[in-house]
Amino acid sequence: MLRFILIRLLRAALTVLLVVTFAFAILRLSGDPALSILGDDASPQALAAFRHAWGLDDPLWVQYLNYIGAFFRAEFGQSMRSGEPALGLVLSRVPATLALTLPALALKLGIGLPLGVLAALHRGSATDRVVMAGAVAGFTVPSFVLGLVLVQLFSISLGWLPTGGAGDWQHLVLPVVTLGIGGAAMLARFVRSAMLEVLGQHYVRTASAKGLPWNAVVRRHALPNAAIPTITIVGLMVGNLLAGSVVVESVFSWPGIGNLLVVSVMSRDLSVVQCILLLVAITMVASNLAVDFLYGALDPRLRNANVSSTHSK
Amino acid sequence: MSDSINPARAAGEEIRRAPLAVPRATRMPLSVSLGIGWIVLVVVVALAGDLLAPHAFTAIDLRNRLAGPFQAGHWLGTDELGRDILSRLIASVRISLLVALGATVLSATIGTSIGFLAAHARGKLEQFILMLVDFQAAMPFLLLALSVLAFLGNSLSLFVALMGLYGWERYARIARGLAIAADSQGYASAVRQLGAGPLRVYVRHILPNIASTLIVSMTLTFPEIILMESSLSFLGLGVQPPMTSLGNMVGFGRGYMTRAPWIMFAPAAMIVVTTLAVSVVGDWVRDRLDASLK
Repeated sequence: MLRFILIRLLRAALTVLLVVTFAFAILRLSGDPALSILGDDASPQALAAFRHAWGLDDPLWVQYLNYIGAFFRAEFGQSMRSGEPALGLVLSRVPATLALTLPALALKLGIGLPLGVLAALHRGSATDRVVMAGAVAGFTVPSFVLGLVLVQLFSISLGWLPTGGAGDWQHLVLPVVTLGIGGAAMLARFVRSAMLEVLGQHYVRTASAKGLPWNAVVRRHALPNAAIPTITIVGLMVGNLLAGSVVVESVFSWPGIGNLLVVSVMSRDLSVVQCILLLVAITMVASNLAVDFLYGALDPRLRNANVSSTHSK
Repeated sequence: MSDSINPARAAGEEIRRAPLAVPRATRMPLSVSLGIGWIVLVVVVALAGDLLAPHAFTAIDLRNRLAGPFQAGHWLGTDELGRDILSRLIASVRISLLVALGATVLSATIGTSIGFLAAHARGKLEQFILMLVDFQAAMPFLLLALSVLAFLGNSLSLFVALMGLYGWERYARIARGLAIAADSQGYASAVRQLGAGPLRVYVRHILPNIASTLIVSMTLTFPEIILMESSLSFLGLGVQPPMTSLGNMVGFGRGYMTRAPWIMFAPAAMIVVTTLAVSVVGDWVRDRLDASLK
């Protein structure tokens, strides 16, 4: 068990390192920072002094190590647009984003899980077909189209809800619904196929053959086993709490991380983009780690068997 | 593209079909026929775009600004500069399909090659590739794409290359798994005993045998790439003006939602119907060709 935990922790650390390396690589690929900050007509002396001051004349591996060091000291530099520290700016947007994504997650789970199970239990029935048609439609309608349709309907035509911005609870309704429907469709589809796979297993047949009522078979044998693969997807959704609403925040002018990201990418505010990238990566890795441990707790086979194999899908 | 893939696919199907004796003519559901019909229509429109478009997609007609749909000359209306929506729609379909097609082929090629490399190398390199695969599967693609665009700026070729990384990890995973399985089968080692190099074994012998699974994966990734491209373009960070794409049109049309909803409606409907058609057909192809993919 200790070995299992250690290996998972090591993998998580490696993944974070990979993201930092990715950020460093594209930062270096994006051109000479001295030129882009001082401008093309800066004197060679000024460029050299700038490079020296920021350590840009060091060998690449020294710069890389310094970069990693800065990451561990949580130094992300300043926003080029506002001059504020990038980390503070990003963190100040976290509550707004969570105010959207947490209720949306609840909506996804509340709709997606029961519908997926229902569809699987009544495979081939009208219920199944309606749920699946809804799931396919939910997947193919991009969130910005769904969001704009909802705005057109409920804000412009009916005038019930605001078109965007932040304020009271009414501002939350449309973005949360937009986020929730897409995720619920995906989840329902996934849960259905996970359930169908479990229902086809021998132990389910054995359980009903020995006379267990169907309700008990579903509750005691099918649902717990179908829950295991479902945890991966839910884990991805949890990891996506910070970055999953980029498009929707943009549609509804919601002042969260996604909006900040889009504005920063447009103005090429690199330190803010970098900071968001790393923050999301850490959230993702943490949630993957939690999923791994949950797996280990729920499924004893994974704890003892070949721990180095990948669990995903 | 079709030259290199179709023979492989045919071979894959033959081998798969012969022992299983899947009945050839199961009835095609109506939704699938409709989907195929729509895809054919869209491809024809994209190919014959210049002949079909009533106006140049950048032609400005200031006296006809924000004209409503269903008028002679402008069947889908005009936008804020009097540009014909139908012509812009056709141009957008072309760009969006081009990006999606280029990206799908690119990511299938990259992913499959990496998967084969992992299967061939085993050991440390394989572990490293698997780690990259896990990393890519865990990180939201939109975020990675946005960071690259922020750092490197935007151009159509860079954008296609970037989209060409979408989903590579799935092909890598599939190709690696299937290649390892194929290695243990007789035919691969037989060819190897005859003196074929690894490249020949993988490309000429293993690839045709696993092509059907890869193609199914491509049909499932294709609509996701269309959605990803249109989302980025909608945010103003994908295809840049004066070029136009479906997401781009929705993004710009959004400012005129109350006065001229038709600007937004046509491209939005196009995205939804096209991705729906490709998904329905893709699901059907998957069910017929490969039961092991879910």
